[in-house]
Formats: sequence, C-alpha cells, structure tokens
Amino acid sequence: MSINYSEKIPNNVNLSEDRTLQRALEQWQPNFLSWWDDMGPDGSNDFDVYLRTAVSVDPQGWAQFGHVKMPDYRWGIFLNPGDAERKIHFGDHLGEKAWQDVPGEYRANLRRIIVTQGDTEPASVEQQRHLGLTAPSQYDLRNLFQVNVEEGRHLWAMVYLLHKHFGRDGREEAEALLERRSGQEDNPRILEAFNEKTPDWLSFFMFTYFTDRDGKFQLCALAESAFDPLARTTKFMLTEEAHHMFVGESGVSRVVQRTCQMMNELKTDDPKKLRAAGVIDLPTLQRYLNFHFSVTVDLFGADESSNAATFYSTGLKGRYEEGKRTDDHQLRGQSYKILQVANGTLSEKEVPMLNALNEVLRDDYIKDSVAGVERWNKVIDKAGIPFRLKVPHKAFHRNIGALKGIKVSPDGRVVSEAEWNAKIGEWLPTAEDRAYVQSLMGRVVEPGKFANWIAPPVMGINRQPVDFEYVRFN
Amino acid sequence: MNAPADPALIKQHLIDPEICIRCNTCESICPVQAITHDSRNYVVDASKCNLCMDCISPCPTGSIDNWRTLPRVAAYTIEAQLEWDELPAEVPVESFGAAGAPPADMAAPAPVQDSHADAGAAVAPAFNSARFGATLPPWSAAHPYTNLYGPKAAEKFVTATVVGNVRVTEVGKEYDTHHIVLDFGATPFPVLEGQSIGIIPPGNDASGRTHHVRQYSVASPRNGERPGYNNVALTIKRVLEDHQGNPVRGVASNYMCDLAVGDTVQVTGPFGTSFLMPNHPRSNIVMICTGTGSAPMRAMTEWRRRLRNSGKFEGGKLTLFFGARTKEELPYFGPLQNLPKDFIDINFAFSRAAGKPKRYVQDAMRERAADLAPLLADRNTYFYVCGLKSMEEGVLLALRDVAVQSGGDWEALAAGLKQDGRLHLETY
Repeated sequence: MSINYSEKIPNNVNLSEDRTLQRALEQWQPNFLSWWDDMGPDGSNDFDVYLRTAVSVDPQGWAQFGHVKMPDYRWGIFLNPGDAERKIHFGDHLGEKAWQDVPGEYRANLRRIIVTQGDTEPASVEQQRHLGLTAPSQYDLRNLFQVNVEEGRHLWAMVYLLHKHFGRDGREEAEALLERRSGQEDNPRILEAFNEKTPDWLSFFMFTYFTDRDGKFQLCALAESAFDPLARTTKFMLTEEAHHMFVGESGVSRVVQRTCQMMNELKTDDPKKLRAAGVIDLPTLQRYLNFHFSVTVDLFGADESSNAATFYSTGLKGRYEEGKRTDDHQLRGQSYKILQVANGTLSEKEVPMLNALNEVLRDDYIKDSVAGVERWNKVIDKAGIPFRLKVPHKAFHRNIGALKGIKVSPDGRVVSEAEWNAKIGEWLPTAEDRAYVQSLMGRVVEPGKFANWIAPPVMGINRQPVDFEYVRFN
Repeated sequence: MNAPADPALIKQHLIDPEICIRCNTCESICPVQAITHDSRNYVVDASKCNLCMDCISPCPTGSIDNWRTLPRVAAYTIEAQLEWDELPAEVPVESFGAAGAPPADMAAPAPVQDSHADAGAAVAPAFNSARFGATLPPWSAAHPYTNLYGPKAAEKFVTATVVGNVRVTEVGKEYDTHHIVLDFGATPFPVLEGQSIGIIPPGNDASGRTHHVRQYSVASPRNGERPGYNNVALTIKRVLEDHQGNPVRGVASNYMCDLAVGDTVQVTGPFGTSFLMPNHPRSNIVMICTGTGSAPMRAMTEWRRRLRNSGKFEGGKLTLFFGARTKEELPYFGPLQNLPKDFIDINFAFSRAAGKPKRYVQDAMRERAADLAPLLADRNTYFYVCGLKSMEEGVLLALRDVAVQSGGDWEALAAGLKQDGRLHLETY
C-alpha cells in the first residue's frame, strides 16, 4: 500500500496501469494547481510550511512531517487497503458482494453524492483564503495551511472517483468543481454553509469544530457505502479530517482559556471591560457558537427525505457507525421521532425511520458536538467562573426542512416574531460583535508569540516545541 | 514481542482526556482493539494494548502519547479511565512496593548496567526510545503482510499445528527456553524475519474473560523453519517464578512450552512493518539482543546463511552482540558456535558467569568500538535491538559513545539512523 511518488500524481491505486485515467487526471492536475494559485491561501506560495504528508496509508506512513512549499505539496490519490471479500452490510443489497464498479441504476445518485461531498472541499479553502493574513501565531498559521492542503487532497480523492467511475460526466463534474466559487452569486458552491464568509479566526475555529465535524459524519456514513472505492477513499480522508476538528476544538478552547484568565485577572465578567482588555467575552463566544451550530445542522438536510431513504436502501450511504449497530440494517417498518411545530409549540412525531435518516445522522452529530462543548466548559469550570456554553436547541435558527423559518429560541421555545426580533442580538452575533472580533485580528508570526486574545497550545505539532518555526516566510 | 507472561510492572498507555478530541482515529487504527470510548473519554485497555505504537503518529492532538509505570495489578481500569477529567499524577514506582506489589527488580533480569540496583530506573528510564527507533523499514526491506488474522480481519485466527518443540538451553529451572515450530499447512501465513505473531492461549483468565493475545517474534526465515515449508519457529522462555522466587506461572509461555507435536494452536498476525531486514547486496546487519530477544536475530542470520549457501547473494557483515546471565541459559548457544567466523562476528556477554566480573552487551559493544564506528557511519548498515526494555538505554548510550569517540555528531547521526530506517528497537 505504499505510495508511488515517482509518478506525477502520487497514488496507491496503480494509476500507471490505467493510461486513459492517468491522462485524464494529468490534464486535470494543472487546472487544480491554477485553481490553488487563484483561490488557495493568499500570498503563501513561497512559504515553507511544516506539513504532514502521507507516504503510505498504514499507521507508520501517513504522518510524515517536514517543511514544504504548499504548491509542491504531494496531492494524490490514496485509498485504504481493500478487502476483496467485503460484503454489503445494510440496505436492500445486504449480504451481497460490495461493488467495485458503479451499478448503472445508481450512477446518478452516486455521482450526486460524490459531487456534493467534493464541492465542500475546495469551498472551504476559498472561504479561508485570507485568514493567513491575520494569523494569531505561526502555530495557528501552520494548522490553517495543513487544513487547506488536506481539503485540497480531499478534492483529489473525489475527483479520482469521478474520473475513474463516471466517464465523461465525471470529467465534466470534476472541471465544474474547480469553476464554482464560494459566495459567488452566479456560480456558487452547492451547500449554503460553504458560501458563508469565514471572516475571522474565531469563525474559522468554530467552522472547523462544527462544520468539519459535519464532514466527519458525512464521511463516516459514506465509509459504509456498498460502492467499495468510495468507502475506501472516505476512510482514509477521515484520518486527515481528525486534524481539522482538533484545530477547531483546541482553538476555541484556547480562546475560552484566555478570556477566563483575563476575567480572573480583572475580576470582572463585564463584556465592555473585557473587550477593552482585548479578549472575546463569553456571551460573544456563545453567539458565535449558536450561529455555527445552527448553520451546520442544516447541512444534514431535510428531516424527512425520500432521497435519504433511497440512498440508504440502495446501499449508497450508511448510518454513522453502521457496522457497530446491532439492528437489522434494513430499517423497514421502524420509526424515528422528528420535531414538528403544532399549535404553536414544538412536539415530536413518529415517521418511518428510512425517511428520517438525515435526522438520525443529525442527532448523532449533535451528541458528538455537545461532548466537545462540555470540554470547553471544563476550562471555564477550572477557572472558577460560573458560566456554561451550550449548544442551542436543534430547532433554533433553521433554514431547511420542516423547521425552516420557524422562530425558536436557543432554549427551544417557539417565540413570536416580536420576541425574535427583540432577542436576536442576544442569540446570534451582531454586526458589532463581528466588527469587534475583526478588530482583534492582527498578524502575529514571531515563533512562540501569540495574539492577546488566545492562549498558547499545551503542546506543539509532532512533539515540536510551541515556539518551533512552523512557517518559514523566506 | 516475546513479552514475559506476567511482568509485575507495566508501562500503561493512557490518553489525556484534557487534550483528546475524540476523533476516533486511534480506535479505528488499533490492530488489537485495545481502545474504546463512551460519550466522555477515549481509553486504552491495558490488558489488550501490545504497545505496537500504531496509534501514536496518527493522533492529531498528541493526547495519545501518555504513559504511567505501575504494577500490572494496579493498572487503571477502563471504568476508572472513563471517569477522568484529567490524567492522574505519576506515582513513584517505589511506593507500590509498600503496598505489597512485586518489587520492580524482577522486571530487569537482563544484562544491563547496574540498573538492578535501582529498581525505579530499571523499568522507568527517563529515556524515550521512540525518539531513536525508526518507524520505517530499510529501503530494501521486503513488503510485509500484516494483520491477516485478528479481530479486524475476516478470519479471527488461524489454526497451526505443532511440528516441533525442543529445549534450546541447558536444563535449569530459571531458564527453560524452547524452540517451537508451528506449521500452517495450506493456510496462507507469509511472514518475514523481524515480524511477530500472536498466540491465543486457550481458556479464560481469573475474571472469566478469554486470555489476551501474546506476541512472539518469529525465529525462522521467510521461507520457513524447514526451507520450502509453510512453518515458523518461535523462541519461548518458560516463566515459572519471579526473581524473589515467588511462583508466577506465565499463562502463554507455559502453554507453549508444554505443547506436544500434533497439538493445535490459535495464531493471529503477522504483525510489524518496520523491524525488517535489508535485502540489498553488501548491506550489513548489527544485532544486539538478550535472552529470547535473539529470536528475530536468529531469523535474519538464518536467512542470510541460506542466501550465502545459495551462492547467489553477496551479503555484508553480520555482527551479533548477545547477552545472557550465563552461557547455559543462552538460547541457540551451540548452533551459534558452529557458524563460520567470516559469516558472522559473534560477541557474547555474560552477566552472572561464575568467578568473572559482570559483563553486559554494551560492555562488549564498547570493546568493539573501533569496528562499530565505521559500521555506524556506513549507510548500508542496519542496527537491530531486541530484548528486555531495560537494555535499551545502555545500548543506545554505548552507540552514542562509539559515535562521539570517532568524532561524530550523535544527534545528527541518530536522526539519520531513524529517518533512514537504520535503527530498530524492539524491547518489552
């Protein structure tokens, strides 16, 4: 399973044995690099960045560290080892052999799933491209770049599937992935959350915590797929995705820690005084959290979805940890509770589970998100401050499915238009909040130095010291 | 690898709950399913973890790399770890002695500098072996197959038949070491010198659970103990008592040593992707081992011997530093004496030879500094260390001294050794 680096496109899929595919991907490669040049991290092409590169997909080989220039990063095609005997373990095809090729009848749906996943990868690079100019430290700058190059590699992973298994349609979709632009009105990215701006580092940390975690859950569901190349690709992507969530969870945690430290120093919880001292007050953090959480739970799609049922029954997309569940893995006749608004209050209703699979994945995601928020609360507890961050109710600020546009408070009450308008400034970041956070974003790049609004990490990357030269600016 | 059945002191692998982000990477990567989680923490089961280190580099946070030395009986349970908000403080090893646990001394019977005198230092050296040991194989290593049989493979184990079981030390109750040959028949079990295999002892432990898998290095070369046959040899020391004379009956080692020809054994593996020999012509191998740590060295030596006999391979120098307490308990002592001197350069070190001063492998290495220095500098030379954990520090310090005395820069050299897959440590 070692990766052939002697080839133009590093890969562990014997690319050189498939000349047609190799030529197609070699034609796509310059377009990718030119996209990276246009839309990749701003002004960073000459930096030597301490990055992790995979040399093989086994535990010993996939985390090799060294300084590289990002345009020279070895983007390539890496799949987890296959199991020739693998069987489909859910849906109507349960027990049949996993597919090595796309069955004709599922071609359109599979292509749609792969394109939607693939579209998020370049989108987030585009969203984050200016952040390097306001990094709070070299350590954070390096983490941002690591996230960016790996999103780039995830795009490669999806493009490989499109080229290899979807013929001409696939090649056209692969081109389109490089043509859409995050936030561009006439040719936007497919999913709404990927057209939002990532204007500051707090948003970046919240995004990597909440939105990349959506990525984790989507990838986990695809890693169960009956289409074996998709399952193997996404499994390897998951090992990379873990770093992105680490950046988010530890980033927010360090912001919380710095704020608590200042609160104790100044013996105050007054946001005005804290802002004057240059840290981000906890209520503002809560509002950012509310925003990113609610935008991200929308990404799981409508709460009742016949597409979700089809994707599951046909074996294209499983549930989170499908293999670890002990039910019949077909779910016919089973039900699941989803939320609805009736008579002015939220209530639950039972629907066929197959139609509610988006909701099932969303609920798994929420459980996982809450656990991390509790870690942030431990930092607050440790500082002796009586404040708790909370994820808002899942009906809060929703823009998709049955809850779309319904006015629900973060604690789960249906509220009037008037109350919503009166309280929205307490619940979601205001223009003033965003302007304040933006005002903190100065560039700190001296090794070992950190911006005032964030605490240093407890340890460096790959056992390097915190003041290691993670980025050489040349 | 070749772990004594019930070492009194263990280095327990723990995950720092304050830093862990529950990304599940470690759990999905662990080849023996030692890692599990609830909605709060990810934790490591000390009875399953085989210290293979597969989980260390993929961890995005560094939370995975935490260790506590403590008696096996006092190991933190999964249940306790799930409750943690932070890691417990390190408890000095000495304090366990007072609680009636076996003293640390017994974990260090190996020929090591006077580390016996300091129980704490013997098992908890302030020395990070991972810093020096390579995680990549030599460039000319053959491709290893791993985890063909095990909890995550399609087949949980393979059944092997015992086709040989002979004692390879002189008779003595403290050092009854056996050479055991297992045959796989027609079942695929490709294995390379330096890899190890797992043995599942039959039955249950005191708490009613099935015994965990014990790993042993193969002592035979890639084409079989008997050339051309699908079999492997193991070197297993029977564990009967600790060094205070307290009876401690090693479950797996006694099971294995008592097997009769024709018995069957459940086997998992193979394991190991870096402790592999170089295969290019004129590549040199320096082997440093104690006791049953000789198993992989025997395998590599035998493969080179067969290649040499074939007349089609120009091997480099083989150098062996082999330590034991006495000549009587040194496995394969007889056969080793019969190898041609121009094939392998053998250096013994006996720490308890009657009427002679104690001599450890690192003493023998220092005596051969003049010959080791050019080998250290030669990029075609690969170093292998296998034996009890406590030998590691002494051996590395000896290598460092050899390098420094010859005017080398040890840190740069050590980094190169690691990066080029030239220094491999396998200690237990």
